Amino acid sequence: MPLVMDEGGIRRALLRIAHEIVERNRRVGDIALVGIRRRGVPIAQRLARSLLEISGREVPTGALDITLYRDDLMWHAVGPQPVLRSTEIPFSIDDRRILLVDDVLYTGRTTRAALDALIDFGRPRSIQLVVVVDRGHRELPIKADYVGKNVPTSARQSVQVKVSELDGVDEVVIGEIGEHGGHAPAAGEAAP
Amino acid sequence: MNVARDARQPAAGGQVQPAARLRSKHLLSAGDLSREEILLILDSAEAMKEVGARRIKKVPTLRGATVVNLFLEPSTRTRTSFEIAEKRLSADTLNIAGGTSSLLKGETLVDTARTLEAMAPDMVVLRHAASGACHLLAGACDARVINAGDGMHEHPTQALLDAFTIREHKTRFEGLKVAIVGDLLHSRVLRSNMLLLSALGADVWICGPRTLMLPGVERFGVRATTSLDRALEDADVVMLLRVQAERMQGHFFPSRREYFATFGLTAERLRRARPDVIVMHPGPMNRGVEIASDVADGPVSVILEQVANGVAVRMAVLYLLAGFDANEGAE
Repeated sequence: MPLVMDEGGIRRALLRIAHEIVERNRRVGDIALVGIRRRGVPIAQRLARSLLEISGREVPTGALDITLYRDDLMWHAVGPQPVLRSTEIPFSIDDRRILLVDDVLYTGRTTRAALDALIDFGRPRSIQLVVVVDRGHRELPIKADYVGKNVPTSARQSVQVKVSELDGVDEVVIGEIGEHGGHAPAAGEAAP
Repeated sequence: MNVARDARQPAAGGQVQPAARLRSKHLLSAGDLSREEILLILDSAEAMKEVGARRIKKVPTLRGATVVNLFLEPSTRTRTSFEIAEKRLSADTLNIAGGTSSLLKGETLVDTARTLEAMAPDMVVLRHAASGACHLLAGACDARVINAGDGMHEHPTQALLDAFTIREHKTRFEGLKVAIVGDLLHSRVLRSNMLLLSALGADVWICGPRTLMLPGVERFGVRATTSLDRALEDADVVMLLRVQAERMQGHFFPSRREYFATFGLTAERLRRARPDVIVMHPGPMNRGVEIASDVADGPVSVILEQVANGVAVRMAVLYLLAGFDANEGAE
């Protein structure tokens, strides 16, 4: 499978994004990171570490599971039923600038679900979207504010972001759907 | 309580991983669930519990789904628990209670089911006085059927919420001594709990008067005794069962006072159990019959936690059954 980003590539991209976040959010004091399960969570935690080094401030970090907000549970199932995991946002999001973090931006449906979920937790001042890879093919009017890398793909391809915390390795690879025998969305890629 | 469980570490002492999905579109018996499926339900319930802790305790998951709560036997806590669970998942709920249904006018359960079917509910939650009513309904209509207690047969969601509550306190099931004490004969809660806790590897003891003992209990792999002290010895969990006077035609014990003297759980007798024992009761309690008030209200009692956990567990069951895909689930 073609390698799109290696460990160094991911590290540099996240560091650059952390600098951009500080640049665009003058007052780091009111920002918070929320990672979308599963791979958005370790990525958000890495960004929090970089933000601490750059700005000297601890940025509250949470984890969001969007399963209960998906639009394909009962009537439009496109794959196996997703495993439900806990949402942990141990701080108030009211009046904060929220940085929503995901690994891959594809159709935008995951982001849509995440926005609905976040709004149920309160009324943030703003929500910005951070992704490691933008692979195109949007089905909803959604755009990322911070992108690690734009990767043009075809709909027949799958993009996998692997993180050492969950996959034992840091890399981004492109595969052909069906290459490993399943129609199911590959790891690291949200189902449409 | 909200520990990160994302890593899905295997339960201590075993390598059992939760199943990816349920194998049936109905929940009729705790005995139909594999250990992996039970863990899937418990893990999902943990995520659901977090929803209940939010300011807005509602998610859009079952939007547009219709759930009929068909309660043909009196029930307050199970019915309200299901109803809250359904509402938190945004389902449309319809309650049909025994007193208001046509069953009083002579309609059979299957006819009621067909009438309901014409209204196309996605799920039916059934409480019925006859054992096996849920199996009958599941065979007669297309909706997913959840057993909310059928006669003296089973009450699977109660057993699931009990297991969930035990796991929150004990983190493991293997080798855990669970003493279930009370009216064994009439208890659907007991049957579901024996099936579920045995599947999870717990060491289950049942205890009650000889007249209320369950025949053929060995096949559940549990130990039976008429000695409360033996049952309580080193117990990690004590689960009491309600003395079900309404199901007793005849005399099973001389008096409530005598029952309490022999089988009632008091602080004194509880000293035989482990120091970190928890005491459970599915409710409604008969204070001074199966349990002393100071135990029911004391620090070892998790009875109110059971009620709270019931909502989360039922949300998990509704969610998992709703997402059941007939093609995919076929094995």
